[in-house]
Amino acid sequence: MYVAVKGGERAIENAHAWLAEERRGDTSVAELSTAQIREQLSLAVNRVMAEGSLFDADLAALAIKQSRGDLIEAIFLIRAYRTTLPRFGASRPVETGQMACDRRISATFKDAPGGQVLGPTFDYTHRLLDFKLAAEGEVTPTEQGTPREDVTPHITEFLQGEDIIQREPESDAVPGDLTREPMEFPANRALRLQSLTRGDEGFILGMAYSTQRGYARNHAFVGELRIGKVAVEMDIPELGFAIEIGELELTECETVNQFQGSKTEPPQFTRGYGLVFGQSERKSIAMALVDRALRWEELGEDNLGAAAQDEEFVLSHSDNIQATGFLEHIKLPHYVDFQSELELVRKLRREVEERTTAHQEAAE
Amino acid sequence: MANEIDTGNSARKAWMSLIASAPEEVMMALWGAMDNRPSFDWLRVPEVGGVMVRGRMGGTGAPFNVGEMTVTRCSLVLGDGTVGHGYIQGRSKPKAEAAALIDALMQTEAAALVQRDVLKPLADQVAQTKSNRAAKAAATKVEFFTMVRGED
Repeated sequence: MYVAVKGGERAIENAHAWLAEERRGDTSVAELSTAQIREQLSLAVNRVMAEGSLFDADLAALAIKQSRGDLIEAIFLIRAYRTTLPRFGASRPVETGQMACDRRISATFKDAPGGQVLGPTFDYTHRLLDFKLAAEGEVTPTEQGTPREDVTPHITEFLQGEDIIQREPESDAVPGDLTREPMEFPANRALRLQSLTRGDEGFILGMAYSTQRGYARNHAFVGELRIGKVAVEMDIPELGFAIEIGELELTECETVNQFQGSKTEPPQFTRGYGLVFGQSERKSIAMALVDRALRWEELGEDNLGAAAQDEEFVLSHSDNIQATGFLEHIKLPHYVDFQSELELVRKLRREVEERTTAHQEAAE
Repeated sequence: MANEIDTGNSARKAWMSLIASAPEEVMMALWGAMDNRPSFDWLRVPEVGGVMVRGRMGGTGAPFNVGEMTVTRCSLVLGDGTVGHGYIQGRSKPKAEAAALIDALMQTEAAALVQRDVLKPLADQVAQTKSNRAAKAAATKVEFFTMVRGED
């Protein structure tokens, strides 16, 4: 229960002024520009875009600055801004097969057409602090190779040729949108994927890790991981045809999972899918693992009672804005609630004490 | 006739698509250097909104919603009645206005000039940026070789 309490205005105003001062920090240190955040903290920007569910790097950079680097607070700001935007429509589904790949690796096929392209990765770095970055320095120019002219084919296409991997049913059905209608269970896969791609990276990672450790084990290979830019097309009613309205960086992960077969499906490989805004590799792999775990029912697998198989559990707890809202509200004034609890505990104690006294008197 | 319309549409689609995601600074510099900007009336003043971006399950299957992106749109009409539409990524109203003006001018006698002074150099620059990135990616491609073990 909340009660309007007056008298806090001045304290609140002063607290906010102090917040602004603390955000700026030591004024003898140069102020950070949002362009610097966008360019030099780009993976934080990507995370805020993915979980804020709005692709706009400048806005995400501003949110990170405003939130003093608290990324969940930044995501909150983006989600709040997003609700003020009129919705112009929905895009055509992006063609990730046409992606201009910065990175494209497969853990299943060494010699896949298009090759193993590492891109700007942290992999194979030694994870030793680089003290050179603490000093200003020039960046050495990157080596250039011969740009690939053709599109890079999806790895799963090769398995599909052998008919040994589950096919994705073709469809142009309009997917449900959890930002428009509240989530209901059971949710279909489209809603699950929308929920996972905007879900908290730490939570999705933990869920995915639990499947690897044996809770609803479904041994996953990263069939393919690709990062790069895709064009976004939308039909424009006033034109009567579709144009590209922009370009997004996306990370796509397809897992290939061993599958013994079930009552309804023959032995084959099955798939998990991750698609996330920006360069968001960990999130995208984790999303694919959780997607696969949540597909147990349609594949006729047993429900092992694992958390990652329970869509109500996963989807209801993956949104860090919902979670933080409910978690943090308990710090707001609950004076009246607490008063009544206090009264109750005092009363119970009184009763216990009275009973004890009566007992002792009877014994004497 | 149908073909003529299709060709017209595909040319229009090409310039509108180029402008939508082109870097604002580059485009506005090229546009700003053009003389004889026409006067116009607004049909729809620039408006910032969101578009829900969809993907496909497994890259090829049924659609699902990935998240939104910011888009700014506007429509205007030139003195001679030509209508131009601007649809651009992001929240820049000046860029949306320039996009709609370019779209309108590309349907007039000024098309060749706009093509030469704005669209062509813009397309070249965008292609160069893409090619640079692809070249860097290519340099990180793994070239496997097999180590031969033993005597024979």
